[in-house]
Amino acid sequence: MTTFTRGFRGRRRGEDDRLPPGQYLTEDFPVLSAGPTPHVPLDRWEFTIDTEAGQVHRWTWQELTALPYEEPAVDIHCVTSWSKLGTSWRGVSLDVLFEDVETTADYALVHSYGGYTTNLPLDDLLDGKAWIAYRYEGEELAASHGGPARLLVPHLYFWKSAKWVRGIRLLTEDWPGFWETAGYHNYGDPWREQRYADD
Amino acid sequence: MQADHLDGNALAGPLAEIFTADVSAAVSRCASCGLTGPVASLRVYDRAPGLVARCPGCEEVVLRLVRSPDAAWLDLRGAVSLRIPLSGTNPSAVLSDEGGRSGAER
Amino acid sequence: MTRWRAARLVKVRDENPTARTLVFDVPGWPGHLAGQHVDVKLTAEDGYSARRSYSLAGTEGVELTVQRVPDGEVSPYLTLDMEPGDELELRGPVGGWFVWRPDGPAPVLLVAGGAGIVPLMAMIRARRAAGADTPFRLVYAVRSPERLCYADELLRPDPGVSVTLAYTRRAPEGHPRPPGRLTAADLGPYGEADCYVCGPTGFVEAAAALLVGLGHDPARIRTERFGPTGD
Repeated sequence: MTTFTRGFRGRRRGEDDRLPPGQYLTEDFPVLSAGPTPHVPLDRWEFTIDTEAGQVHRWTWQELTALPYEEPAVDIHCVTSWSKLGTSWRGVSLDVLFEDVETTADYALVHSYGGYTTNLPLDDLLDGKAWIAYRYEGEELAASHGGPARLLVPHLYFWKSAKWVRGIRLLTEDWPGFWETAGYHNYGDPWREQRYADD
Repeated sequence: MQADHLDGNALAGPLAEIFTADVSAAVSRCASCGLTGPVASLRVYDRAPGLVARCPGCEEVVLRLVRSPDAAWLDLRGAVSLRIPLSGTNPSAVLSDEGGRSGAER
Repeated sequence: MTRWRAARLVKVRDENPTARTLVFDVPGWPGHLAGQHVDVKLTAEDGYSARRSYSLAGTEGVELTVQRVPDGEVSPYLTLDMEPGDELELRGPVGGWFVWRPDGPAPVLLVAGGAGIVPLMAMIRARRAAGADTPFRLVYAVRSPERLCYADELLRPDPGVSVTLAYTRRAPEGHPRPPGRLTAADLGPYGEADCYVCGPTGFVEAAAALLVGLGHDPARIRTERFGPTGD
């Protein structure tokens, strides 16, 4: 039985039809992290896509930022129940990065500097649904928010948008990531409120 | 950045929901580097979907805890072992709702 | 297993302009050791809930001292809005590591940064309540005089307990130590001791490093960080 605390409202407020069920609006940008912030010098930074056949596609920082970019404005939804509306980013669409990648894999395991992993179906990374983002609100993406670059997959809970992204492994079988092996939902659709493994 | 974590003390409440003994006072051995010390001295990242406790020596994950509305998920892969002090007068005795703590402790 | 219990606020006491002590009535409270903490849960009428951990300040019952953090989510409510009769939920006491027992024979060195004084005050109070003669030394780093908690109690003579105030930004007139961050000179010399350090994460890192530098055994330095905001 819950005891309500009279007069307590909390910081997060708001009703908005852009809010998925169980989410609260936030104006600031909470920093969530499962470990220390990795600092990767840009001259040693790289992003890779490894296919199931063992082919490796590799981009340096210069190569990535020379690719055509997009500037998505999207709502983001964290499983800890905050949502932030209308965030603006700059990044390279995964469609661009996958142009020359030959694969029949169905699954992707995203991995990060610092060791974080998250998994999702490859389809959820394609067709304009995901970016490797390196600018946020007109500025370089701060290390605390995943800079130099993070994955941005705004249609899923934000733990799928891996900070400090380092690469994607393409797999023929699904391989659950860091939170997906610890009780969180394997897919994580905020509109179906898929927070936990049993949801 | 080092101002982003707490001590393992912060695990005491969430783990007290699962265990009768006080696991934060237990001694754990890191599966990655072998460092041995109290769970209370691990580095706990709590601004995350769950609690992540890392070894203060090598920063590998020692323990993860996620609480959903109807279950707790506990991952102890990163700990070789936990030595949990158990005796009539150990501090864990005060953690049980049933009491049992000795009067001398006050 | 430890469950959530309803706790009713019965009394408040302002420690200074930004910190307030809250005394709760918690039926069935089993008692606690000095240094232990509770987790509190506040639930808004719409179901939104927030959790925080606070150290127990007293030796009996549930007494919490909360420092108000500007822009905080929970501490402004606890220090400004919550009134006697209002309820929240709490779980505890918890934490069997950062504790002091009156039967501990070793001298004790307490190092507090700001609101980190709370569990260390509980240890001083437990020592007094038990009539223990263990030597205690408290080094309390605090931004300015108006941030002091428990000022009257700490400045009153307590045989066997020495108190050093280290103001970090602004000291009262006539204070012998110029304002500035905590140094090794503030902490030493002091013989072998059980050390307890509590404060914001950065303070704890710095103070623990100073103690190790002074030759204290790292295994006898217990720390409690309360995170970047402490809200």
